[in-house]
Amino acid sequence: MAIEVSNLSFRYAGATQWALRNISLSIEEGEFAVFTGATGCGKSTLFKCLIGLIPQMYPGEYLGRVVVDGLDPAQTPVSRMAQKVGMVFQNPDNQLFALTVENDVAFALENLGLERAEIERRISKAFKMMGIEDLRKRSPFELSGGQKQRVAIASILALEPDILILDEPTSSLDGATAKKLLEELGEIRRREGITVLISEHRLDLVVREATRLIVIEEGQIVADGEPREVVHDLLEDGYEKVELPKLSRLAWMLGLRGADSIPVTREEFVERFLGVGK
Amino acid sequence: MIRIDSVWYEYPSGTVALRNVNLVINRGEIVAFMGENGAGKTTLLKHLNGLLKPTSGKVEVDGVDTRTSTVASLSRHVGLVFQNPDNMFFCTSVLEEVSYALTRFGYSREEVRRRAEEVLKLFNLWHYRDSSPFTLSGGEKKRLAISIVVAWMPSYIVIDEPTTGLDGWGKRMLMDLLLHLKDSERGIILSSHDVEFISEIAARVVLLRRGEVIADGPAEDILTDTALLEEASLLTPQIPSLLYELKRRGLKDLNHKCLRLDEAVRYLSAILGRSGSNWRGDVV
Repeated sequence: MAIEVSNLSFRYAGATQWALRNISLSIEEGEFAVFTGATGCGKSTLFKCLIGLIPQMYPGEYLGRVVVDGLDPAQTPVSRMAQKVGMVFQNPDNQLFALTVENDVAFALENLGLERAEIERRISKAFKMMGIEDLRKRSPFELSGGQKQRVAIASILALEPDILILDEPTSSLDGATAKKLLEELGEIRRREGITVLISEHRLDLVVREATRLIVIEEGQIVADGEPREVVHDLLEDGYEKVELPKLSRLAWMLGLRGADSIPVTREEFVERFLGVGK
Repeated sequence: MIRIDSVWYEYPSGTVALRNVNLVINRGEIVAFMGENGAGKTTLLKHLNGLLKPTSGKVEVDGVDTRTSTVASLSRHVGLVFQNPDNMFFCTSVLEEVSYALTRFGYSREEVRRRAEEVLKLFNLWHYRDSSPFTLSGGEKKRLAISIVVAWMPSYIVIDEPTTGLDGWGKRMLMDLLLHLKDSERGIILSSHDVEFISEIAARVVLLRRGEVIADGPAEDILTDTALLEEASLLTPQIPSLLYELKRRGLKDLNHKCLRLDEAVRYLSAILGRSGSNWRGDVV
């Protein structure tokens, strides 16, 4: 199991409300798990618990147990966790600081004390994975939003983590750029066998890649499962807090649903639609 | 009416951000400026309340030339909501934040209080009235930023990227509100690349690319034109994209110029009905 969370609750120091309430969750190796929920629902807090920033850097009340890649993030030095679990933050500007893209990506690797040749190998591989070989010598600050996010992801991939966590990586990207990036992350997962956890509002863009869909509301998991089944259940319950793919909504209203699942991609919709009446 | 007449704009750095833009925007319509980052959407929005003045050409708001008027007086008629709500806040409480502009515009204390309460309740923020705006979540800040402008009821409400940071529920609420404001004869001008949101509410879409208007027309023409959208780096919305695929798979007579969910439900259920299927939808 890549991640095992048991009865996790967390309350930030000074807060009256619990940010996470009794979360239990298992994620297997190689999954592409999408976390969604209203802004402020606790997705980012949960991610911070998985890499150990909570409770190590953020004081508060911490209950329950988390195991990530066999390690307890509450006890393991954050620097050691970072070699197993890489996290990409919402705003790439917070992660980029060096004069060239290459130096930015090399920074963490140098700090790990890796040999020059190994650093070069990892940088080349990460740049190739994100399709940014041509940006190596550029300054990170003259790049577009989409390019910056790619550099930020490459700098994490260069650490060769087993688990990649991305906190709303597409929030500042336009639709076409976001769609492409999400497809590439799906491809990297399939090819490298990395476990991917991602929070995303635009389900229509990400659901195609997802093996799991987890919906969080006010610090609690309210739905967790295979995406087609979760979307089916949310539609059945009339759940409005997340924006479900419009075509799933359309399929639902047209009665194009199975006993416990619903189309989430265009292709699935078309198959179901054309299959009716046959 | 807002009239944008042969507007060019060059930033002091020398970047030409707008190239000969000509548009007329009326009250009672919802217009969306769409295009990729850097297309000139925000620059154009900033011309509507005089924050930026054209390098050449002119912008008139209800007959007033923005070059001869101050931002403060134009703002009374054209309310601009910035993309990043943090840029708008400076008061210590949510209630003060909403009241500030109203007080500046000279409303009585009672009227300020009445309007602030009304708009905060409308946006479901009343319970935060004594909180600092900076303690709100991203979606709540966005709602507060919009409510500040709605409170003084300008003739034109201009919102830069209205849906960033909003969840499904927040978007739905905003959608209802914008449709309501349009019906109250206000002009609503948005910039966005959220094609799904815009397909549900905008009657008119203006596509921008590198500072130029490359298309201006009914949403159902522009947001269903895949080639044109690609040129502006936008995705085709889910419904027309689905209809195209159905067409490609054999339903040749299908009309793909359909954007809204309710229209698609009516249209496709009629087709399913005609084919004598086992359709069992519960369309309302």
